[in-house]
Amino acid sequence: MKSPVFFLVWIVVAAIVFAFGLYLKNDYFFFAGYTVLQYVVLATGWNILGGYTGYVNFGSAAFFAMGAYASVVMHKVAPLPVPLLIIIGGIVSGLVGLGMGYLTLRLRGAFFAIATLALAVVLQTLIVNWDFVGGSRGAYIIRPNTLDIAGLQIPYIEYLFALMLILAVCALTVARIVERSRLGFGFATIRDDEVAAEACGVPTLRLKLMATTLSGALMGMAGAPFPYYIGYLQPSSAFGLEYAVNSIAMPMIGGTTSWVGPLIGAIVLGTLQQVATVTISSAVNLLIVGLLLTGFVIIAPNGILGLIHKFRGQSDADKVGRRVIRETP
Amino acid sequence: MMTAASLAQSPASSSLLEVEGVGKRFGGFIALDGINLSVAPGERVGLIGPNGSGKSTLVNCICGTLHNETGTVRFDGHSLNKLESHERTYRGIARSFQLPRPFVTMSVADNLRVPLLYAVHTRRGRHLTIEEADARCIELANSVGLGAKINKSPKDLTQIEMRKLELARAMAADPKLLIADESMAGLSDSEVGEIVEMLIKLNESGITIIMIEHIMRAVMTFSQRLVVLVSGKKIADGKPDDVIRNPEVERAYLGQ
Ligand SMILES: Nc1ncnc2c1ncn2[C@@H]1O[C@H](COP(=O)(O)OP(=O)(O)OP(=O)(O)O)[C@@H](O)[C@H]1O
Ligand SMILES: [Mg+2]
Repeated sequence: MKSPVFFLVWIVVAAIVFAFGLYLKNDYFFFAGYTVLQYVVLATGWNILGGYTGYVNFGSAAFFAMGAYASVVMHKVAPLPVPLLIIIGGIVSGLVGLGMGYLTLRLRGAFFAIATLALAVVLQTLIVNWDFVGGSRGAYIIRPNTLDIAGLQIPYIEYLFALMLILAVCALTVARIVERSRLGFGFATIRDDEVAAEACGVPTLRLKLMATTLSGALMGMAGAPFPYYIGYLQPSSAFGLEYAVNSIAMPMIGGTTSWVGPLIGAIVLGTLQQVATVTISSAVNLLIVGLLLTGFVIIAPNGILGLIHKFRGQSDADKVGRRVIRETP
Repeated sequence: MMTAASLAQSPASSSLLEVEGVGKRFGGFIALDGINLSVAPGERVGLIGPNGSGKSTLVNCICGTLHNETGTVRFDGHSLNKLESHERTYRGIARSFQLPRPFVTMSVADNLRVPLLYAVHTRRGRHLTIEEADARCIELANSVGLGAKINKSPKDLTQIEMRKLELARAMAADPKLLIADESMAGLSDSEVGEIVEMLIKLNESGITIIMIEHIMRAVMTFSQRLVVLVSGKKIADGKPDDVIRNPEVERAYLGQ
């Protein structure tokens, strides 16, 4: 499927989901759905670096928070429509990603992961001590309850939900394009063996910077509308542990080698957490993630996608190969 | 990166590869001690030496996998010292790794496709079409006898097949200089013969080749010139027949 077709198909799917929400006439659907979609974007963004190139980023919460705080700053300086805030959040977090890439260029494995965690702590400390955005007390974002679009009064949550739907479709399309391009091919060589990749002509450092930037930008975009969703943004909620944990767990549980994995993981885990929040308490969310992640790492290290491939009896090469060569001259 | 000064300094000689006083230490251990080596275009050079004598380290310094601490590596008259490994590959140096390093999540064909998409593409400035790339992958796989395994994962290959894949992947970069680091260890006599024959054919098509090998029969068939390293020093360099009769070589290497 060509990318524009893919995009349109998913826009249609998104429209159906939105129409379903309207049909339910239930605000909770939009509130919960927004969170799940936010995780689709966050997990997809994380996976571009963590899944495609194999660099595990523990600092996702910081990228999410930078996107959210960019919106807070804009809200105080010059309020803009949320779609523009999403772009600004993407630029800010993309730059943070680029900076992180430069600082950690030669770090690998555990050292890289620790550095990303340190970066998140540093950024959180900066925000906590920055009074302009409310410091540790947080900032109120006053937003209307409805939005006037062409004379139609749309509930604000439906507007945010629709934006997140479109953003999710964009993120999935970007991830799929990257995955199938020469760039994605290069990312995969980095994941497998950087020294061999260099020897084959792959400019690994440049590719890594592209991955940290693109990944950071998507995670920032996921966070940009968040202050408007929650209404009151505190550092402890923007930098919440659940973002760091979920953005890693969702791709791992779904499968990290393809754009489908984070989507599956985010929908499964995200929905489960929403259900648990209502039925039990939000306190069990991280417990659920922890148990599932442990289970998957032990039983199905390649995630749900890996299980599907196994049941279909696909060989390793079919699973990993971009093109299976059939003809032999 | 090229300045007029470094152009002017480049040797007037017609050598393709010029290694001048290259040294490399690991901690206090001197792995390479002022190596000089010059390889002319179209030459077939054998590089031998006992285990741990620094052959692979020299290859790593030439290819940019490691950076030499002293001396200069020149290629086509230009210094490579500041260039990253992948930039050296663009310029036409390809190598196989002694311990195979395949991309394990990719099929054999895709392993061969990486240099096609990156090194060859970058040099020519245009994409190979998918058909061209496929055809080239098949051709390369067939040339090392991996034609039947083209869609397999490297995990399904034997150690020997992985060596063949290493060699094919280096060839895929379309190099001017190919360095084969022990591509034949573990191969049967007939397979060694095939690979040597293939390398000689490749050389006749214009590719300069440095071969590192412990199998003396292969080395003697292949090499027009033989270079011997012992403990990080070059102790002999010349016609293969002369070199193996050199008493110093016999003492330090063959006689041990
Ligand atoms: N990364 C490294 N760190 C520390 N020491 C190293 C490293 N690489 C190589 N050495 C040491 O440098 C010496 C030369 O190693 P090298 O691999 O170049 O030898 P070689 O001639 O290729 O040997 P072989 O025939 O066994 O392949 C050895 O003593 C080895 O232990
Ligand atoms: Mg060696």
